[in-house]
Amino acid sequence: MTTNHAGAASPRARVLAQTTFEARAILRNGEQLLVTVVVPVLALVGLVSVDALDVDTRGMSRIDFFTPGILALAVMTSSFTSQAIASAFDRRNGVLRLLSTTPLGRGGLLAGKVLGVLVVELVQVLVIGLTAFALGWRPSAVGVALSFVAVLLGTAAFTSLALLVAGTLRAEAVLAVANLALLLLAFAGGVIVPADRLPGALQHLAVLLPSGALGEAMRGAFQVGALPAWSVVVLVGWTAALGWGAARLFRWH
Amino acid sequence: MPASAVLDHAVEVTGLVKRYGGRAVVDGLDLVARPGAVTAVLGPNGAGKTTTIECCEGLRKPDGGAVRVLGLDPHEHAAQLRPRVGVMLQDGGLPTGVPAAQMLEHVARMYARPRSLDELTERLGLASFARTTVRRLSGGQRQRLALAAAVVGRPQVAFLDEPSAGMDPQSRHAVWELVRELRDEGVAVVLTTHLMDEAEDLADHVAVVDGGRVIAQGSVRELVSSSEDRTLRLDVAAGFDVAAATTALARPGTAPLVVTEVAPGSYTVVGAVEPTTVAALTAWLAERDVLVTRLTVGRRTLEDVFLDLTGRTLR
Repeated sequence: MTTNHAGAASPRARVLAQTTFEARAILRNGEQLLVTVVVPVLALVGLVSVDALDVDTRGMSRIDFFTPGILALAVMTSSFTSQAIASAFDRRNGVLRLLSTTPLGRGGLLAGKVLGVLVVELVQVLVIGLTAFALGWRPSAVGVALSFVAVLLGTAAFTSLALLVAGTLRAEAVLAVANLALLLLAFAGGVIVPADRLPGALQHLAVLLPSGALGEAMRGAFQVGALPAWSVVVLVGWTAALGWGAARLFRWH
Repeated sequence: MPASAVLDHAVEVTGLVKRYGGRAVVDGLDLVARPGAVTAVLGPNGAGKTTTIECCEGLRKPDGGAVRVLGLDPHEHAAQLRPRVGVMLQDGGLPTGVPAAQMLEHVARMYARPRSLDELTERLGLASFARTTVRRLSGGQRQRLALAAAVVGRPQVAFLDEPSAGMDPQSRHAVWELVRELRDEGVAVVLTTHLMDEAEDLADHVAVVDGGRVIAQGSVRELVSSSEDRTLRLDVAAGFDVAAATTALARPGTAPLVVTEVAPGSYTVVGAVEPTTVAALTAWLAERDVLVTRLTVGRRTLEDVFLDLTGRTLR
């Protein structure tokens, strides 16, 4: 054989390239940017400044009460909705298959996707955090540190869910399911509205959902200065179950 | 690399079986591809071409048989093979939201010493749409970009699934030139096609696939000259009776000529076509007042062989 192939770039370089590629793809896409950044910021500003909304904030300022939930919502938009839709269309268009035949491979592709989501979340947290700061939010250092743990746990659970959905349903179905699920979970899943404020049985259901667990974890981090153990258990459990399901059921074709 | 230096077959498929929902799409297929040669897998739609290629690329797991690429199993040794194998998928597989040039740069980053992007851009005429989003490219532009992505890593084996699909003649020419150059560099090129001229002009080795098996293979020359037959092609204005023509052309003591309707008004006569055959045919048509609008006599083409092997009915 006379040819010398180009050889693979180092695993780090490959995953870094894919991370950048994924993050840029999301941040470049107008619709994705709307869902991941604009909607949470508008929700935050709306909830804080519309006086007509009569909410019992347990003695907290509105911004302290709502910001953790909005951050949880933002994590869900990027790690679940946006990731599920992008992956579903990439799967349908053969992008996942093509990239998996390059030295990147399936593992590198997955790593790049997860890290790409974390980059987008960093942008989201910065934009939302700064907006909240401008509205008077002053989180504690402990709260910030703990929130990173909560974000990582939530991202793991919701990315697993995104890949499970993207790898098993048709792209058009994913588009509908991912948006609908986000809407339902945001309002009835204990994200923006704390679980104990939800009506009836939803109170008990929401804390078992990954959305409720993430919401409670973020509120715990910023409002109490501690992560509720129950939320951590729920998020880890969902990650294990959904990750297992995605690994087994994901179809590349 | 002593292992690959002695490798005679870059790709070796033996008794490959792949089933979808119990139905065998590939059913005992054997195929070899040599380094420095273009191997065309030729067959009608649904013959099992893409599935075979995808098993070689490690994208599908065979249900039976063995696949070796550069002596390695595409599943077990996927990580070793990925830098050495280039892939162009039939449906493209290009991320659609990014400009063409960025997409190619991204794939190039997966390799340690990729081809020069400037050179590839020049060779395949990518410059005119470098900043256009992949989603907005024409079919031919996408195909050229996909080919660039398949070869940017200087592969030793290139799998190209219908590389000329949807291309204008200029694009196709550029693609064929690059494929020939890859072959001359020693790359084993395996391409699927249902375009006869592509296989005929480009391939050193053709495997005709139908119903999930290879039903004939060899060089184009071997395939088309497997007999001394010639083909007479005939276009007539109207009124040509295939059965009557067959009878009229029959000569005692010689093998009967095969008269076939290719399309209404267009016919072929295959067999030992002699000067007297042409005279007899035109005389017979003149008697019936049928005007011949075109008549050629030539060797069999790959298309004749292909249609003889796979049948002429639509399916």
